[in-house]
Amino acid sequence: MYKYDNYDQAIVDARVAEFRDQVNRRMAGEITEDQFKPLRLMNGLYLQLHAYMLRVAIPYGTLDSRQMRMLAHIARKYDRDYGHFTTRQNIQYNWIKLEECADLLEELASVEMHAIQTSGNCIRNISSDQYAGAAADEVADPRPWAELLRQWSTFHPEFSYLPRKFKIAVIASPEDRAAMRLHDIGLELVRKDGELGARVFVGGGMGRTPMIAPEINPFVKADDLLSYIEACLRVYNRYGRRDNIYKARIKILVHEIGADEYRRQVTEEFAHVKTLGIDPPLAELERISAFFAPPAFDAADVEPDRSDPDFAVWLDQNVKPHKQSGYAIVNISLKPIGGIPGDASSAQIDVMADLAEKYGFDELRVTHAQNIVLPHVAKRDLFAVWQALREAELANANLDLISDIIACPGLDYCSLANARSIPIAQKIATRFADAERQRDVGELKLKISGCINACGHHHAGHIGILGVDKKGVENYQLTLGGSGAEDVSIGKITGPGFDEDGIVDAVEKAVEKYRELREGEERFVDTYRRVGMDPFKEAIYG
Amino acid sequence: MKLLTGNELGSGAVTWWTGSGWSIHVEDAIDVGEGGEAILHAEEGARRVNAPYIIDAIPTPEGPRPAHIKDRVRALGPTVRPDLTLKPADPAAGDWII
Amino acid sequence: MVEFRYRDDEVTEQPSVTLDAFLDQSNATAVRLEPDDDARKLIPFLDRLTLIEIAFPKFRDGRGYSSARILREAGYTGELRAQGDVLVDQIAFMRRCGFDSFAPEGSLNPEAVERALSTYDQFYQKAADAAVPVWKLRHG
Repeated sequence: MYKYDNYDQAIVDARVAEFRDQVNRRMAGEITEDQFKPLRLMNGLYLQLHAYMLRVAIPYGTLDSRQMRMLAHIARKYDRDYGHFTTRQNIQYNWIKLEECADLLEELASVEMHAIQTSGNCIRNISSDQYAGAAADEVADPRPWAELLRQWSTFHPEFSYLPRKFKIAVIASPEDRAAMRLHDIGLELVRKDGELGARVFVGGGMGRTPMIAPEINPFVKADDLLSYIEACLRVYNRYGRRDNIYKARIKILVHEIGADEYRRQVTEEFAHVKTLGIDPPLAELERISAFFAPPAFDAADVEPDRSDPDFAVWLDQNVKPHKQSGYAIVNISLKPIGGIPGDASSAQIDVMADLAEKYGFDELRVTHAQNIVLPHVAKRDLFAVWQALREAELANANLDLISDIIACPGLDYCSLANARSIPIAQKIATRFADAERQRDVGELKLKISGCINACGHHHAGHIGILGVDKKGVENYQLTLGGSGAEDVSIGKITGPGFDEDGIVDAVEKAVEKYRELREGEERFVDTYRRVGMDPFKEAIYG
Repeated sequence: MKLLTGNELGSGAVTWWTGSGWSIHVEDAIDVGEGGEAILHAEEGARRVNAPYIIDAIPTPEGPRPAHIKDRVRALGPTVRPDLTLKPADPAAGDWII
Repeated sequence: MVEFRYRDDEVTEQPSVTLDAFLDQSNATAVRLEPDDDARKLIPFLDRLTLIEIAFPKFRDGRGYSSARILREAGYTGELRAQGDVLVDQIAFMRRCGFDSFAPEGSLNPEAVERALSTYDQFYQKAADAAVPVWKLRHG
């Protein structure tokens, strides 16, 4: 885990003071809401349907038990006893008071946390692989690179008023667990002749116009990284569209001028930027990397006792292999049947913190699928961890199954939403509550957004649902065949939309059609890709 | 009818114009007719409300009901957390929202 | 009106001309860039320019930050002025991008500007100002 030094702490402390001043000026009427809005947004504070909402950054989804406990404390003291983990590996609080916000941020800063650039047209929190440092297939831990980018992007003076928001993801495995190519910039660490570098993808995204990022550079060396990314951003800041908010993301620029022309411009800008000396020496990446050294693994490789059938099911579904023998990766699903995807109570957050401290080298991760990971758990401790999770109603054995649904807050909370997302997730999960049926269906990534901004990643769902407003009534469109993983694809719409109950029926019909058509070990999305839309369409509308 | 709504500046709570002040209960809201703009500017200028706007609503025996679903959700609270709405003890309180 | 100026030399009296006009007749010493003007077109002429004014018609339009850096990176040492919808909370970023004078449309509270400019002592990235980035402080 990265630890702040005095420089990092001074910057975050100064931000708290600055935001306190900005809030005071707003409360005193020295600035209007129009002027205050971009300021509060740049610190993650929205005005939503019921109150202010604060989004707290969890850099690359990594935190320790002390930080996790602080999140629980914030929920108890400043909110209504719960928080919502997001698809950007952050946490949101739904009932924050403006007048208490600076105090809240001061408490966060005491554990090296903040809300800097969690909104606004700037470079947002850097996301990464939740299995970083634990995955057997990674070429290196991606988090030092993410931290390097976090520091570079924090209060970047040139890129704080971009045409639109800017999201960067860093992974280091061929298996993509972070929807890397659906980001404005996606980096995949690779080795070339033994040297570590980054494959750079630019111009992916979801929203109104989903795009898969094309590769712009196959290999950028570590000591060129910041110059190269700076060049990517400068071209965007200068030439990204500002005439239409829906065409302002970098994906539109890259699409309109073409990947080749964009690459040419970046190459030219990079040749210039590289002369400016903005890249830190490799010693800085080494300094950061030292914080992410593997913990002292020393557990013997013992297979857990599978005699408890519920435990065995959870093991098979939620526990993943670790690169170190004797250890495993534990996924904690925040998707109880009928629950609110991504929500956790203060008490549950505390339980997860305790487990990380006791059994997990003090580390937790937040996933883009709105779950929590304990990345390093000794196999001998798995049963104890499971028992504690079950006690806290956190032992849902449904990772990557149809009830492990990604859903945005939707019209229950969000002022941008056109329809509710959460009740749809609840109804679908309840329809498929039978655990054996879910497991028989197998991996099925179902993702729901309550508006075209696609915070619920519906384009990337094997099954995706998009809520729209049809003359004042909620209506839901269905898409099939998307994926946010290494087999990245954008889902296709099935046809006319459905009402709340109709969409649940339509999902069930699609799933049953898959069960009828599947061959061998095919997942839902594999069968869809083999047979195409027609059989599903017929099943749904026929 | 037309209602004037917004949020409290400090707490962010949803509020409704009552004719003499602001209430968190939509039932207290009055029809502002064509006069909403003027009240809006005066109240916003005095920071007694934040981000105010005028909406269409329908009068009912139980009180005014916002015409658009978004403002109906705002009026009571999240439909998925009845315990966090303005009427946590009344399970039927949200029946008119959707 | 120039409200804040962080230079010791004399204020240029000559009114600034548009980029097109400058490139046409080009004996002006002051030029004004709109957000969509390409700052690089001025690079051959930087020696004889004493003022470059960069317009911010809307504070949300951040193209002027890149224009400023491009000019400083090319060696421009004359006055670089931000004009228009310039707000107090942007001035620190603008200073880092190389602006050294400000002509905001709305009047700004000098105390608030002073506070904004002294909020941060440390900066993560190298920019167009003299600030030493944190990584350099760490590694010498």
